[in-house]
Amino acid sequence: MKRMKQVRLTPVAALVASALVLSACGAGGRDDDDGDAADSGSTVGVTDDKVTIGAHFPLTGVAAPGYNEIPTGARAYFDFVNANGGVHGRQIEYVVRDDAYNPTNTTKVTNELLLQDEIFAMVGGLGTPTHSAVVDQLNEEGVPDLFVSSGSLMWGDDPEARPMTFGWQPDYESEAKIIGQYVAENMPDAKVGLFLQDDDFGEDAEKGARQFLEEQIVGVERYTSGNTDVGPQIAGLQGAGADLVLGFNTPAYTALARLVSLSLGYEPQWFVSSVGSDSPLVGSLLAEFSEGAVKPGAGALDGVMTTEYIPTLDQGDDPWVQLWERVWEEHGEKGDLSNYKIYGMSHAYALVQALQGVGEDLTREGLVEFMEEQGEGLDGPQLAPFRYGTDSHLGISGMRIVELEGRGSKELTPVLVTDIGDAEITEDTSGQADDAPPESGIPE
Amino acid sequence: MQQFINTALGGLTTGMVYAAFALALVLIWRSTRVVNFAQAPMAMVTTFVALAVIDAGFSYWIGFAVALAAGLVLGAIMERGVMRHVQGKGEINAVILTLGLFIVLHAAAAVVFGNDFRSFPAPFGVRGIEVGGRTVALTGFGIFTIIAVLVVMGLLVALFRFTDLGLRMRAAAFNPEVARLLGVRVPRMMTLGWALASLVGSLAGLLIAGGSLIHPSYMDSVVVLGFVAAVLGGLDSPLGAVVGGLLLGVTLAFVSGYLGSQLVALAALLILMIVLMVRPGGIFSTTAARRV
Amino acid sequence: MERISRLVGSTLARHLLVAALGMVVVVMALTAVSDFRRFQLAEMACLAIAAGGLTVLTGLNGQLSLGHGALMAVGTYTTALLLPDRDASTPLVLVVLISVCTATLVGALVGVAAARLHGPYLAGATLALAVAVPGLALHFRETLGGEQGIPVVAPPPPGWAEDATYFLTASDLTPRGWIAFLAWSTLILSFLLLANLSHSRVGRRWRAVRDDPVAAELAGIVVGRSRVSAFMVSAAAAGAAGSMLALVVRLAAPGSFTLALSLTLIAAVVLGGLGSLTGALLGAALLTFLPQFVTQIGRDAGLDDVRAAELAPLVYGLVMVLVILLAPGGLFGVIRGALTRRRARRALAARSVEASTSTRPDPDSPPDEQLTDPSGDHRTATTTEGAPR
Repeated sequence: MKRMKQVRLTPVAALVASALVLSACGAGGRDDDDGDAADSGSTVGVTDDKVTIGAHFPLTGVAAPGYNEIPTGARAYFDFVNANGGVHGRQIEYVVRDDAYNPTNTTKVTNELLLQDEIFAMVGGLGTPTHSAVVDQLNEEGVPDLFVSSGSLMWGDDPEARPMTFGWQPDYESEAKIIGQYVAENMPDAKVGLFLQDDDFGEDAEKGARQFLEEQIVGVERYTSGNTDVGPQIAGLQGAGADLVLGFNTPAYTALARLVSLSLGYEPQWFVSSVGSDSPLVGSLLAEFSEGAVKPGAGALDGVMTTEYIPTLDQGDDPWVQLWERVWEEHGEKGDLSNYKIYGMSHAYALVQALQGVGEDLTREGLVEFMEEQGEGLDGPQLAPFRYGTDSHLGISGMRIVELEGRGSKELTPVLVTDIGDAEITEDTSGQADDAPPESGIPE
Repeated sequence: MQQFINTALGGLTTGMVYAAFALALVLIWRSTRVVNFAQAPMAMVTTFVALAVIDAGFSYWIGFAVALAAGLVLGAIMERGVMRHVQGKGEINAVILTLGLFIVLHAAAAVVFGNDFRSFPAPFGVRGIEVGGRTVALTGFGIFTIIAVLVVMGLLVALFRFTDLGLRMRAAAFNPEVARLLGVRVPRMMTLGWALASLVGSLAGLLIAGGSLIHPSYMDSVVVLGFVAAVLGGLDSPLGAVVGGLLLGVTLAFVSGYLGSQLVALAALLILMIVLMVRPGGIFSTTAARRV
Repeated sequence: MERISRLVGSTLARHLLVAALGMVVVVMALTAVSDFRRFQLAEMACLAIAAGGLTVLTGLNGQLSLGHGALMAVGTYTTALLLPDRDASTPLVLVVLISVCTATLVGALVGVAAARLHGPYLAGATLALAVAVPGLALHFRETLGGEQGIPVVAPPPPGWAEDATYFLTASDLTPRGWIAFLAWSTLILSFLLLANLSHSRVGRRWRAVRDDPVAAELAGIVVGRSRVSAFMVSAAAAGAAGSMLALVVRLAAPGSFTLALSLTLIAAVVLGGLGSLTGALLGAALLTFLPQFVTQIGRDAGLDDVRAAELAPLVYGLVMVLVILLAPGGLFGVIRGALTRRRARRALAARSVEASTSTRPDPDSPPDEQLTDPSGDHRTATTTEGAPR
């Protein structure tokens, strides 16, 4: 036994020795050639005929249903642009990586995007916990981080700390403020119940709503995403006597909450935030339940109030929606157009517009500079202008309140704009809501 | 008061679903001494099969029957094709194998059926029934769930207690060598055990899905909760599984409604640990000290 | 007796030598590869440290834990709480040590409960643990940051490391390179400790308890204590892995500690070979590099993004099933089996009689168990005196 061991030790020792020698050979003297990294860094991902951008989305796992459609929409629009010659002669290469809504994976795929795919910018990365795992890294390495698919304040309230990051959708707090003020003014006697997702979405929304509804709120219930049994929460709202439920939740939970309330015989007025009011999706989910408890078709949410900040699928007359339908028909994958895909197309449109605006000499710094200086004036499907500037990188500034009705919706207010904190809520005067896309469907 | 009653009734219905799932675990445990962690994705697959049948224009009940049949076949395939090869090679290998199947079935279902929310129909309505002018949180489908689970439990008790087949299945699981000597066809018993368990599992999948949304991960929380329910009842007793499921369902409904839904999994863990510490054999254990 | 102590001594020497060699290889590899590979290697190290702890627990002590993701979470959160900003005064080594200690403490608690359970009961209870722990972060949102988690600021590389890198490679030390170096140093240190521990008397007791608890009890081993100690050691490894993960991911959030993570750890252990540290390393490597590779193949084959992303779990699940069915010793077992057979054939040619006993090693046991494990003598020696208490 002992002899056998000694025999096995010898090659190990030899290996160590040779490895030491090898690594010693690798040791070099100092030569100063770190000059060329600085100027080439800003055009990473850009060639004469191609610009590569990346994104992280949950394509697998519990969070994937729904969200995994956003990149297919964005891809369809990029393909549409590419088929029409691209941007300044450059084709847009769109690399999507799956993070399964897990921050560890987001870090992994972001490193893959940055170092291996060598993307020029991150566009539309989804989720608050996921994206916050990589936001510092993107900023430290000077990678433009545009249109984060989440309404957290973090993407835009401190441009000094995160100069490369820009938000996209109205932040949850501003949205809740607009909803809160509307309720306080028009339904002063309503007993308000809050149905919140148990994360920053629910938290920011509660903060915004309480600015106006502190007196009216009778109950607050939170559900944990992934736990589909919301019976106890809805029973809690019913028990608290809420006759108006403000839902800050995802579409699946709008459907689940409605179903549970049917079984409880609980019929409050529902007011669902833009995130959860995807009426074709919720309607089709609800319609399949039998016995006529829910009317089929998109009318399943009749009478539900919600907000909108971009035109959605039910507005078939809107020129933007017509453009999205055309894009999806020509370049979409299988399946129908959905509001998630429209969401993806909308931010893809904004990106193309920004790339057009920067001009032929595309650099990372140039893109960010353009966003800060001219981002506010970007056209596009959004109903209210972006808030981009040197003081704020927050996204769309407002929305209108609507009541869902049959296959469409009825406007209850004009487009209202506001900002975080105690900024006032005012009517939008930019006319952003009335524009139409150019004939070609591609921003100039 | 109304909230209390409705929370309790809601818990009762979900508890019955945990019970159905626990029954499937008990059945496999009794017939092969394996805990099948792949039960949930197996049920998920058969539920998607039912949905495919319903989407093709057939009635709910045809979909229901096809799913149960698919469960029976899937269980038999799993046992014959996979599990048989680790029989008697240590319980860790069997557990890990079911975890591997868990991952495979999950991913395969997402590839085949797509990773989207789908709604699953429920017969007998999703409206609460009215009692004395007030709606209580018990739907027609909820009542169907309760009856179905009780019937299955009764059948299983009868199978194991009164039939020769049940006795042979238990013998095959408990001591394969002796059973073989006594003329029991052990492999056939094990296949049968898996097939029946998978059938019960599919039923659980259909009952959870009814009137709710399904996607490839919709059964994931039931993996843990169904297991806890089965252990509460002792992993060995169909009656125990149902009582365990009910206890768990009602307790967790109250935890979720009054303390917060983020604590549901933690509460399940605490209940499990307390039961395992105090009564290692489960609430219905007949032997005082059994090794767990 | 003297022979045994000398054998143990030489095992230690051999482990130290392998560790030193490992360190050299790691430094060479880290300087040679791209920054992205450095990141992947750091990630692999995190997985491997936790898998190393788990393989000791499951392979040597026979306890199957599906909850090691939760123990990693303990390490990650401790590190995140101790590194709130760039000026954090706590030295990094101390932060990692405290994280390891916290995880060990939690591991002790879980271990006490786990020691009374076995097989499927233990698996189920630890499964519940894996699912339950992330909920705590939501409940104590003030301290633990809720769903968004706590950002971690990784300390910048110290001056000496930068100088040393420059001296050795004539290039600057990147932050990713530094983190990867830290993670691999932790990996090598923890593997060194784990290897020595499993070859010590403690390790022999673990194996005795795994093989036959009743016999072990008769031999005077307190089975419960042995199980708890194995659980603690493995929790310590999970804590170290979690601490490194905090530095790699730069965020501690509940979403990182899904059931999938715990299953991935099990998969790594099984793929590599249950009970073998080398196997844990192999398994971790496979699970780090395979998904990207498989997804790329799927994409090249024309699958859409969504379906291509599902391929990775599909493939590693399938590989896991196949390994259990066809090669229960894991990849390492397969390699070792092939080597052993070749060596045996050669030995057979020389000395046909004596070699025949070593040709069929137990696939579950670590490589040199036959050489150093005297538990057979130990057991028979003590059964006569050590009556059950």
